[in-house]
Amino acid sequence: MSIPRFWRSIKSRYNLIATKCLSCGGTYFPPRAICPKCRRRSRLEEVKLGGNGEIVSYTVIHSPPEGFDHKGPYIMAVVKLDEGPCLTTQIVDCEPEDLKIGMKVKKVFRRIREDGEAGLIHYGFKFKPRGDG
Amino acid sequence: MNVGIAGYGVYLPRYRIKVEEIARVWAADSERIKNNLLISEKAVPAEDEDTATMAVEAAREALLMSRVPPDKIGAVYVGSESHPYTVKPTATIVAEAIEASIESTAADYEFACKAGTAAIQTCMGLVASGMIEYGLAIGADTAQSAPGDALEYTAAAGGVAYIIGRHSLIAEVEGTHSYTTDTPDFWRREGQSYPSHGGRFTGLPAYFKHVYNASKGLMKKLELKPDDFRFAVFHQPNGKFPRKVAEMLRFKKEQYLPGILVDKVGNLYSGSSLLGLARVLDLADPGDRILLTSFGSGAGSDSFSIVVTDTIREKRSTGTRVDDYLKNKKYVDYAAYARLRRKIKV
Repeated sequence: MSIPRFWRSIKSRYNLIATKCLSCGGTYFPPRAICPKCRRRSRLEEVKLGGNGEIVSYTVIHSPPEGFDHKGPYIMAVVKLDEGPCLTTQIVDCEPEDLKIGMKVKKVFRRIREDGEAGLIHYGFKFKPRGDG
Repeated sequence: MNVGIAGYGVYLPRYRIKVEEIARVWAADSERIKNNLLISEKAVPAEDEDTATMAVEAAREALLMSRVPPDKIGAVYVGSESHPYTVKPTATIVAEAIEASIESTAADYEFACKAGTAAIQTCMGLVASGMIEYGLAIGADTAQSAPGDALEYTAAAGGVAYIIGRHSLIAEVEGTHSYTTDTPDFWRREGQSYPSHGGRFTGLPAYFKHVYNASKGLMKKLELKPDDFRFAVFHQPNGKFPRKVAEMLRFKKEQYLPGILVDKVGNLYSGSSLLGLARVLDLADPGDRILLTSFGSGAGSDSFSIVVTDTIREKRSTGTRVDDYLKNKKYVDYAAYARLRRKIKV
């Protein structure tokens, strides 16, 4: 990933900064330049998502893609946040056998990937079980 | 001086490895090691955790407890000897992740295991002089140890954060006193993966001399004696050293044992004494006085006298307490530990 592309996504990756359309009330993550429903009538503002949600679906990756070698098996899930948007994320501090659809999860701050031994370290959100269902 | 702690937060990773498991790999006598070091297991970071991630988690907990708006944080200092980058400050990552003011100052500190208390002293100075309203001081490490070295039984991982300010304090810092000499007890040269140490030389001329003199100096300055403190917390590279220095300073078991956690989590390096302080703050009542003395190899100690205020009960009701982290754990074997700590080169 290029340095500017990584740098541009820091705000949303570190703190789940989304966009909310004041015309229709829809909240979008990752943030959008225009509202997909309201189009030219979009009135977007940045909102910070709370970082709580629940697992909608998940899978366990046993053959990781390049850049994630030797990191498998790991869990990828679709998480629906309390504010509405869904996102794809890794689930950590949890064994695959303990996963459940509907499980409550919360955001944590982790390393996402590294550009080799000498390149940048990309940080951002992952999710872990909240421990209360 | 009316400067103190507005909130604190802790982060410990979930994985643990037992002394017996490390001793098994190196065909060492685990009972002898446990008796010598008074340690049973240590915290191990996950593959995607490092000093920056643990510092952020601890800082977010501290902010939650303090109820200080992040944009009021005017300084972020992260003390560690395992910063993820050699050049590129961890403090910038933390400041961004907690949404501190972009007009804040930030820097990384290094002083072996006392970089976290050095960060607290810096924040105290900035707050007392009126340069900032609140400062964030963090001690966090993923401590390195060469495979098979005595350090491998203790070198652990975790982060602890303190928000230093003047208002809404859970504890006031009455005074601080430092003691610094050029003592080569432990070091790591540029480019080396693991630190080197002077074995037994790390004891008397290093740890004991500095911790004892900093603590004595502080008590003399503030005209306090051991009986004036409810708790005493010391840097804990193993279980033996803090117990011994506490006895040398004439503290009683009920004063120093609640702040010793090294037997359950290992040596958190920059977070070690700060974790002990967080634990006793979890237990303390308003009016309690706490002695905190760190130690950093190389060598130096910072000592603090801290008095707990009435606000602690209300603020302590939010967030995760130290004992919650102690309970949430999963054991790994040496093979998994070696992979997580990148001791296997591929």
